[in-house]
Amino acid sequence: MSSWLDYTINGLIVGNVYALVAVGLALIFGVSRLINFAQGSIYLVGAYIGWVAVVQLHTPLPLTIIVVAVAAALVGLVIERFGLRPLQNSVRIAPLLATIGISFVLDQLVMLTFSPNPRALPSQLPDVRFQVGGGTIGPLDLLIAGVGITSALLLFVFLRYSKLGWAVRATAQDRDAAMQMGVDVNRVNQAVFGIAAALGGVSGLLVGMYYNQIDTAMSLQATLKGVVAEVVGGAGNVPGAVIGSLLLGLVESYGVAVFGTSYRNLFAFLLLVVVLVLRPNGLFASARQAPPEPLTGTFIAPSRPVRIPRWALLVAAAAFAILPLFPVSFYVLQTLINAWLLGMLALSLTLVAGTIGQVSLGHAALLAIGAYTSALLSLNFSVPVGLAIIGGGLMSAALGTALISPSFRLRGHYVSIATLAIGEIVSLVILNWESVTRGPIGISGIPPLALFGYDLISATSIYWFSFIVMVVLALLQGRLLGSHLGRSFRAIRDDDIAARAYGLSLNRYKSLAFIFGGFAAGVSGGIAAHLYSYINHETFNTQQSILALTVVILGGLGNVVGAIVGSVALVGLPEVFRIAAEYRILIYGIVLLLLVRFRPQGLLGTM
Amino acid sequence: MAEQHTTMLSLRGLTRRFGGLTAVNAIDLDLAKGQLVSIIGPNGAGKTTLFNLVTGLDRPDAGEVRFEGQDITGLSPERLAAGGIARTFQLGRVFGNLSVMDNVLIGAHTRLRAVKPAVPLIGPLLELGLALLRPASVRAEEERLREEVKAILARFGERLLPRIDQPAYSLSYANRRRVEIARALALKPRLLLLDEPTAGMNPTETTEMQGLVAELKAEGLTILLIEHKLEMVMRLSDRVIVMDEGKKIAEGPGEVVRGDPKVIEAYLGHGLSGKAEQESAA
Repeated sequence: MSSWLDYTINGLIVGNVYALVAVGLALIFGVSRLINFAQGSIYLVGAYIGWVAVVQLHTPLPLTIIVVAVAAALVGLVIERFGLRPLQNSVRIAPLLATIGISFVLDQLVMLTFSPNPRALPSQLPDVRFQVGGGTIGPLDLLIAGVGITSALLLFVFLRYSKLGWAVRATAQDRDAAMQMGVDVNRVNQAVFGIAAALGGVSGLLVGMYYNQIDTAMSLQATLKGVVAEVVGGAGNVPGAVIGSLLLGLVESYGVAVFGTSYRNLFAFLLLVVVLVLRPNGLFASARQAPPEPLTGTFIAPSRPVRIPRWALLVAAAAFAILPLFPVSFYVLQTLINAWLLGMLALSLTLVAGTIGQVSLGHAALLAIGAYTSALLSLNFSVPVGLAIIGGGLMSAALGTALISPSFRLRGHYVSIATLAIGEIVSLVILNWESVTRGPIGISGIPPLALFGYDLISATSIYWFSFIVMVVLALLQGRLLGSHLGRSFRAIRDDDIAARAYGLSLNRYKSLAFIFGGFAAGVSGGIAAHLYSYINHETFNTQQSILALTVVILGGLGNVVGAIVGSVALVGLPEVFRIAAEYRILIYGIVLLLLVRFRPQGLLGTM
Repeated sequence: MAEQHTTMLSLRGLTRRFGGLTAVNAIDLDLAKGQLVSIIGPNGAGKTTLFNLVTGLDRPDAGEVRFEGQDITGLSPERLAAGGIARTFQLGRVFGNLSVMDNVLIGAHTRLRAVKPAVPLIGPLLELGLALLRPASVRAEEERLREEVKAILARFGERLLPRIDQPAYSLSYANRRRVEIARALALKPRLLLLDEPTAGMNPTETTEMQGLVAELKAEGLTILLIEHKLEMVMRLSDRVIVMDEGKKIAEGPGEVVRGDPKVIEAYLGHGLSGKAEQESAA
């Protein structure tokens, strides 16, 4: 009995922390219809600024909180001013991609400054527990509750009684009308980003103190949790975000009580997927709203693809095909093999995100499904490696499509959230389903690549194998784009309402796109598994999803040749310039940001 | 039985509320085969919402929609398109990054047979396979539809044919409207809903569009038209329905409706007539 009270208190406290993140997300969504994927990064920055303040400057607690709030607010203002304001009049995909890029840049900067190792963040509060009913409560719990309630009150007063607060609410209701009435929307955005960042930063500080540990992996988790809470409460709904957060805290806490700690995140993401499927407007959404206004062709930048003559493609393909016949180093071949594997993933993502407009952030999950299937087929059932890889592709196509199908009715940002969550679910299931996946130990001793009984061990043979597989997948995809399916996919991307009015079923065509794309990604993962000979639940992570997305944007959305060119560029250029591994993700993030700002159609243009 | 066949579309008590606002309020409407009925009314009268209810983009809170005698209330837009209902959109919803040709080909999507075999369960996979393999039957179907699209585009004179491979986002506003109508015609609709086809067009272009709609009517197509340009409405319509604040306030032949005091009030504004009432009371 007492433990249940403890779990309830714990759930409410954690929920309070989520609320600080979720309220910021809700405010930002309210005024700019944007899900700020960088919110978790601000939370991370807040935690590390708090660490500097507490451990190095020995600031007293109230001052620590103020320092963190102010510093985080400044970060928020910088993001708004330099990251998002220039994109105000651009297509809807641009700010979405920009916040993803900003998030990666911030996370990497923190990681490079403080190293990825976890650090202790002492709470500066006496370590006592008070008996409350049957449970206990500590001063830190009271502090978190106090900060949560105080911020809620301050926010309420600000929104209700200050002039700027009115402007925020007016902008949230009708941006155009507010602008016509003289509301300075830039100031509103600034205010909202500042407040959201301050709350997010303080939240990071409190969580760090609560667990007495901070590390750079906190960021993505916080974004996900905040987004879950916000979506559960109804995007843009500030009180809804608070209730959603408390609910999420309780669900997690009770889930942990029943099933154990390693399942904590699984409940959060399952809650998200269930809410997205059953009540995509959140638990507290009002009755059905008027159907959304046309958003014709505004999701991606209109552009004409750069036409590359067929002979040029043939010459390039031939040149890469005969490359191993020349005395090139093992290192060059190794780099290009990586580029071909990434190329397959990028082909998959460019179809899904570019051609049919479902910006997937969980694409690495498709790699993982393909890799585990292929590895287990060859190890447990002695399936020949070539067939096992095809099996991996098919499993990825089938399972990936089935997992993603609940999100087929969603649009824009919601698809990205849902795919991000599904990616996390796949990784958590791999971690926890020990009887099949061997859990955290991973799978070792995966047989090497082989074809018709011959092992492909030499770099040259692996190079040819992966190159040919990628070229075949690219040719098939090109053929697909030239068929009625290509135009159907693109029509759904440009305007799903008009597409439905002409008889295109979204479920059917999104499924077909994911089946085709899932196969390509699964094959890439399968090949990788046999190449690496060891995989675990972290081999295929969100960083790879983001890298693939950067490749796709770089090459041009939906552009098959662009996906391959982008892969070679992003794998090859860091090698050419000998950029150290830890700086690469930072550079990918910056490349993504620059592209979104200056060349949204990518190098070769949108197809 | 005979009557059912002549009635193409019938609405009974169709109602749609958004919160406190009743956008469409108990609308009755009958449209016989081959007729052209126009819906007019001030902005915000609920005309487009009514179109959304008929084409399945929105579901009514009450009432019934029948198409060729069958209850189609609340069916999905995909089903209704397959059933032969095509529409254009008020604000223009062409597929910006698709060429004119591809935009209009999407209109013919429901008529694809060779590449979309009606096989349950594995139908979508067959479709994927056929799209990749492209046997002769699929190629022939695609070729035939492309020829059809060119014939449809030829109806717009030299407006669209020279731009057939250009992306729709590069077209003028008027040409986008034309692409929308071409896309609707490619569906070979039995019922066509046109939502302000001449919005944003100059007088010459409007006359051209009026000629095209008259042609379609002469060919026997059943048309429901939302239009603000009364000249065109009067000339083309068999019957005119006037909506204001979600309600049908008048219905009848154009000349009769035009003189109806309620219609004049709706167009001149309630403020004016209210003031007139006050003055007469004083």
